Amino acid sequence: MRAVGPSFGERAAKALADASLQRAIGDLKGGFVAARARAVADFPAFEEMREAGRAIKDHTLANLDFYLERYAAEVERHGGHVHWASDAEEACRIVREICARAGARTVTKGKSMVSEEIGLNAALEADGIEVVETDAGEYIVQLAGEAPSHIVMPTVHKTADEIADLFLDRHRAHGFEARARDAAELIGQVRAVLRGKYFAADVGITGANFLVAENGAGVIVTNEGNGDLTSGLARVHIVTAGIEKVVPTLDDASLLLRLLTRSALGMEATSYTTYSIGPRRDGDIEGPEEYHVVLVDNGRSDMLAGPYRPMLRCIRCAACLNHCPVYLAVGGHAYDAVYPGPMGAVLMPMIGGHEKAEELPHACTLNGRCEQVCPVKIPLPDLLRRLRHDQWEAGFIRGTARWGIAAWSWLATRPALYHRLARVVAAAGGYLGRSRGRFRYLPLASGWTEGRDMPAPQGTTFQAAWAKRRERR
Amino acid sequence: MTEGAKAADGEAAPVRVGLLVTCLVDLFRPNVGFAAVKLLEDAGCTVEVPAGQVCCGQPAFNGGDAAAARRIAKQVIRTFAGFDYVVGPSGSCLAMLRNDYPALLADELGWAARAQDLAARSHELMSFLVDVRGVHLRDAAYRGAVTYHDSCAGLRGLGIKAQPRQLLAEVDGLELRELQDAETCCGFGGTFCVKYPDISVRMVSDKIGNIDMTGAGTVLGGDLGCLLNIAGRLRRLGKTTRVFHAAEVLAGMADGPGIGEPEKA
Repeated sequence: MRAVGPSFGERAAKALADASLQRAIGDLKGGFVAARARAVADFPAFEEMREAGRAIKDHTLANLDFYLERYAAEVERHGGHVHWASDAEEACRIVREICARAGARTVTKGKSMVSEEIGLNAALEADGIEVVETDAGEYIVQLAGEAPSHIVMPTVHKTADEIADLFLDRHRAHGFEARARDAAELIGQVRAVLRGKYFAADVGITGANFLVAENGAGVIVTNEGNGDLTSGLARVHIVTAGIEKVVPTLDDASLLLRLLTRSALGMEATSYTTYSIGPRRDGDIEGPEEYHVVLVDNGRSDMLAGPYRPMLRCIRCAACLNHCPVYLAVGGHAYDAVYPGPMGAVLMPMIGGHEKAEELPHACTLNGRCEQVCPVKIPLPDLLRRLRHDQWEAGFIRGTARWGIAAWSWLATRPALYHRLARVVAAAGGYLGRSRGRFRYLPLASGWTEGRDMPAPQGTTFQAAWAKRRERR
Repeated sequence: MTEGAKAADGEAAPVRVGLLVTCLVDLFRPNVGFAAVKLLEDAGCTVEVPAGQVCCGQPAFNGGDAAAARRIAKQVIRTFAGFDYVVGPSGSCLAMLRNDYPALLADELGWAARAQDLAARSHELMSFLVDVRGVHLRDAAYRGAVTYHDSCAGLRGLGIKAQPRQLLAEVDGLELRELQDAETCCGFGGTFCVKYPDISVRMVSDKIGNIDMTGAGTVLGGDLGCLLNIAGRLRRLGKTTRVFHAAEVLAGMADGPGIGEPEKA
């Protein structure tokens, strides 16, 4: 029925039993949720900004071809090269070819979720290239041989202790014999290891938070400054970005940046906001010799054409992850997806196919908190529900889930029959349950009774009791 | 008991309300239905309960079967034609009528307007009492400290937050203690709670941790789904915290066993 490998439910159960993971995610709940709330409270125009952000994105998406062409023309006017990749494989091929032409042996990378999406690291490593992640979080998951579990904070699933153990094991080669005692020492080790890599790198690859159509700038935000070192020190700078990252003007980018940093980290601004436009010009004291942009479609054009277009407004702030009770319970790895949480549950079926992300739209209570905090007002619950509708139509929802819903719907449209049946169920349940008021076990409802009792019904249906009362009156 | 009728618009003509019982109240907790009837009648409404109703269609709508959800929506629209208002003791079912029916039937000739008409007449019970009828409770009483769980669909789908608190504040002897993380889902989520029981139980356990922290002896809410979930977990943990639908307390009908309690104490 399902592809091999554990299901979401199985991965979730494992995550719930993982005490160290639970400690690590616990910090998210208190930390970033509270920080965002404070940042929003300190910025009275936030709701207006959300509406403005939504409008900018919708306008851009409605005219995406125009703004992409404008952006590409600006990049080329500044001496850069723009490459169009229709899918992950093509995107990787383009980057590999650029690296091959540059004779690259070492590549540094800024944090880029689209590079995770297209599987870029594995593709480059297959060519014998050393790939070095320079975002501290990405560096740690790379060192651990793991995938990021969060789109903004890749290591949120790890405690500082686990990271100290990892470094003790892996940083001996770099001359660190003692176990790091605190976060500052951990970061110190990362800096020391990375410093040399920046200078050794032939190619630096970054993502983009925004691409500005009016001047061809790529915008990235970091708190570590690693983005500048990655993009500025290597001979070749490659920007990989989804086609939905383009915005018309610098003003638009500024507005969205204000939404992004508050929504992601509860900060007014990140430490670094870096704009890169084209290669080094005559007279520039630094900058790359070559500047390439790889614009990745990978399913986005299809989204643009259909009902899932609002998902392309996403600015990858992760507020929906941070406020999702399911994500906060199980962490990102349980989703087994490049993009976890609510935004990922919509995005993964779109970019990777329904087959590979079948369960994700169901891993949600439709409680709506994600939509409430989304800085660009993506109706995530509606989109998740729509994915379920698509799955139903395509026959993906099978077995108990399908016939259970079908049987209920059949009964629900036959009120007379239903009310007779309900009377029997209520009477039986009431009779059997009234001494304790609850059931510890119910046939066919083990999902409920595994961890909960089922409160007993009162013994009669409301409809039956109402009919009786009417007779008496 | 209330002065709603006067407060509304001073008209003598009774307001005809069709009660959307909801399938869970019908099957599990008729007392909530009778509490709703009492509150509505006290607010000057004539209450009728159409027998043609079963379910609002959320299981189909959220479970993937949009076509079945449309069939059920049409049945509900037909069943509740002609009432001045459609009122029910559930934020999630009423959010379905108000928000989702118009979207579901937007492209169906003849039905789009009927769905919008129904949506405009439909209200969750407590928001109807406060916002539409301007009700003030006169002599409702409940002894002790309670806490209130805001169900997500009512809270975010219908903006219900102040109304239950306003009504509960008028209940004599009742002290409301707010929950930490009050706006976090309890883990019910319709079929989610049986599809992913481990996660659901974790979520409801977190909720119960917050309920415990208030020290309140009773937890109230406006949606029976969430309350069955919370009560079920409380009982499994052997806790004695009582669980009622808020309507039962507001109507002075919380004198029997709470949800999940045996008939004789």
